[in-house]
Amino acid sequence: MPDAIDSPPSVGPTVPTVQVLTADGRYEPTDAAADYLSYLDRLSDDDHVRFYRDMVIARSFDTEATNLQRQGQLALWPPSRGQEAAQVGSAHAARRQDHIFPSYREHIVGMIRGVDPIDIIRVMRGVTNGGWDPTDPAFGNFHVYTLVLGTQALHATGYALGMSLDGTVATGDAEVDTATMVYFGDGASSEGDVSEAFVFAASYQTPQVFFLQNNQWAISVPVSTQSRTPLYLRSSGFGIPGVQVDGNDVLASYAVAAKHLDDARSGHGPSLIEAVTYRMGAHTTSDDPTRYRGSDEEAAWALRDPITRFRTYLQSRGAASTIFDDVETEADDLAADVRRRTPLLDPPALEAIFDNVYTEQHPVTDEQRAWLQRYERSLDTPAEETRAAPEGAAATEGAQ
Amino acid sequence: MTIEAMTPTGRRDETSSEVRTSDIQKMPMAKALNAGMRQAMLDDPKVLLMGEDIGTLGGVFRVTEGLHAEFGPRRVLDTPLAESGIVGTAIGLAMHGYRPVCEIQFDGFVFPAFDQITTQLAKLTARHEGRMSMPVVIRIPYGGHIGAVEHHQESPETYFAHTPGLRVVSPSTPNDAYWMMRQSIASADPIIFLEPKSRYWPKGEVDLSAPAVPLHASRVVRTGTDVTVLGHGAMVSTLLRAAEIAAEEGTSLEVVDLRSISPIDYGPILESVRKTTRLVVAQEAHGFVSVGSEIAATVTEKSFYSLEAPVLRVSGFDAPFPPAKLEDVFLPDADRVLEAVDRVLAY
Repeated sequence: MPDAIDSPPSVGPTVPTVQVLTADGRYEPTDAAADYLSYLDRLSDDDHVRFYRDMVIARSFDTEATNLQRQGQLALWPPSRGQEAAQVGSAHAARRQDHIFPSYREHIVGMIRGVDPIDIIRVMRGVTNGGWDPTDPAFGNFHVYTLVLGTQALHATGYALGMSLDGTVATGDAEVDTATMVYFGDGASSEGDVSEAFVFAASYQTPQVFFLQNNQWAISVPVSTQSRTPLYLRSSGFGIPGVQVDGNDVLASYAVAAKHLDDARSGHGPSLIEAVTYRMGAHTTSDDPTRYRGSDEEAAWALRDPITRFRTYLQSRGAASTIFDDVETEADDLAADVRRRTPLLDPPALEAIFDNVYTEQHPVTDEQRAWLQRYERSLDTPAEETRAAPEGAAATEGAQ
Repeated sequence: MTIEAMTPTGRRDETSSEVRTSDIQKMPMAKALNAGMRQAMLDDPKVLLMGEDIGTLGGVFRVTEGLHAEFGPRRVLDTPLAESGIVGTAIGLAMHGYRPVCEIQFDGFVFPAFDQITTQLAKLTARHEGRMSMPVVIRIPYGGHIGAVEHHQESPETYFAHTPGLRVVSPSTPNDAYWMMRQSIASADPIIFLEPKSRYWPKGEVDLSAPAVPLHASRVVRTGTDVTVLGHGAMVSTLLRAAEIAAEEGTSLEVVDLRSISPIDYGPILESVRKTTRLVVAQEAHGFVSVGSEIAATVTEKSFYSLEAPVLRVSGFDAPFPPAKLEDVFLPDADRVLEAVDRVLAY
């Protein structure tokens, strides 16, 4: 009998995975994709280009942000390199009125919903813990990042319960019916809050999609340590159906998310999508993957690069080479813009420590704000002056 | 409605007959809490209750009795048995514009929800830079004196008082229970509402016409001249009993009901201490790094030259809450309070 502690088992046998494009970019849907193919009929040629563009933009932004962290401009950067298809496909499946609850690696999802990439930079630079205003529709109902893994799954469930109570589900009006989609990872799927979210979502049949990006690694711990079963099966015992999709296939990711969001909005309750993908880079800029995984594995997954795959497919459909050139230029421009704007970001005012701890007046924050102001005035060199150009913020392993 | 909107414009004149007698009803704290929640639900359709066994059963202490029948299952939600799930779902509902009032069944069962309360609920308003408020009330029956099994008699207030972003209150009378519940539900900030379960059933007068003081006010509930004794929740009745005994022995105790554990309203406390020059703080909770410790430090700092003696604390011992047969030894009673009064007077 194998010792599961010394040698964790690999994740189960081959499972029916929804895939539309093969790893080398050929249109060859798997049997499991049959129920989802009609959703691809919604996509125009422009949509296809948009998907490609967003994936390239995501990677360019990641590369730039990683460089900025190395230059001391950011405290930390959690890259999404390799996960672009899962994120871009699912993000485009959501309607404007849907609410998105991210973890902290869904940068392109936020940008597709309307978040300025510099606002994400502000979070990772240490200027703010929030970054954007999810109550302003301009940000596409994209909620702020959550670093305590899995907690946001319950927030998405509660928000979806509010949608049910308000009657904005299953009205038959496509502009009214709404759902939540929560992003989390293979590691977070082990958190109790995710299980409790499954329980509450199933009990109240919330209009909700659980979008699990299985990027194979929770920092250094492989998914085989998280689960003895494929992750898409984790919700079935709670009464929530699950499906596994090739998360490096942007069309499959789109189609699966589109169907399950449609089902949620029309009153069929919650579902789980496991998007199988790969974190091609480090967990964050503080991580060193060479300590726990081999280059063979990375090379094998490089052959399944989601951007290369989709580019090959677009080329096979006859896309003009100028399209790819234009996207390249746009991605370079975005990176240059982020590079230019990042050092210009002002540090927060000292009072930001106390602002908004409470909504209503509070004597302790009032007293301590006043004390800090008096103290600052008493100094020869107030902190406000010395903080003008912060450099080399210490890199710490914050998020798990 | 805000807290301010329910703050009285002035103290009620005791000699006037403005208060209609029909506005004053005698009821136990459990019923007063129920009436407070009911009125809040009538006033605002976004107020909803959620928790384990609070619907059909009316709660294990019957505090929500009748509300499920009156308001239905969309306003009074029997939840799955998962405390983190209750609070995390309530946060999502608050993000959607609801004002959830969560019941945690017993003090010792709040800890599965501790992460959602401290890392999420308490921080979300700051994380959103004020663009989102978190009007969530978490009701927790707490404290001893009911002879129950492990995890059913604890006083966890320090954990929450230590967490910025939360407000923590505890009523000691039915009248306060009614008004503090309404004020808490009206608050835009998250409130940990600690209900002294040993005081659920003694009756008291509830003046339904207007609150006597704001939510976060502390209050002198018995005037005296020799020593100030201070506490919250069920401890207030112990302090009043101690004051009765002390009076017979010729010592005059002034009793202060803390009411709000975070923030603490130091005005009446310092005023009292400057008069009596001596302070004893009593609490059921463990004394180490406790609310009583905080008050002792602050009172010493703010009225050092008024004090004739160090501030003394009377607390539950720094040991796990013992089996119920030992609770009367573990929990401070009037005699333990008076022992501290003797010591503080000996300086």
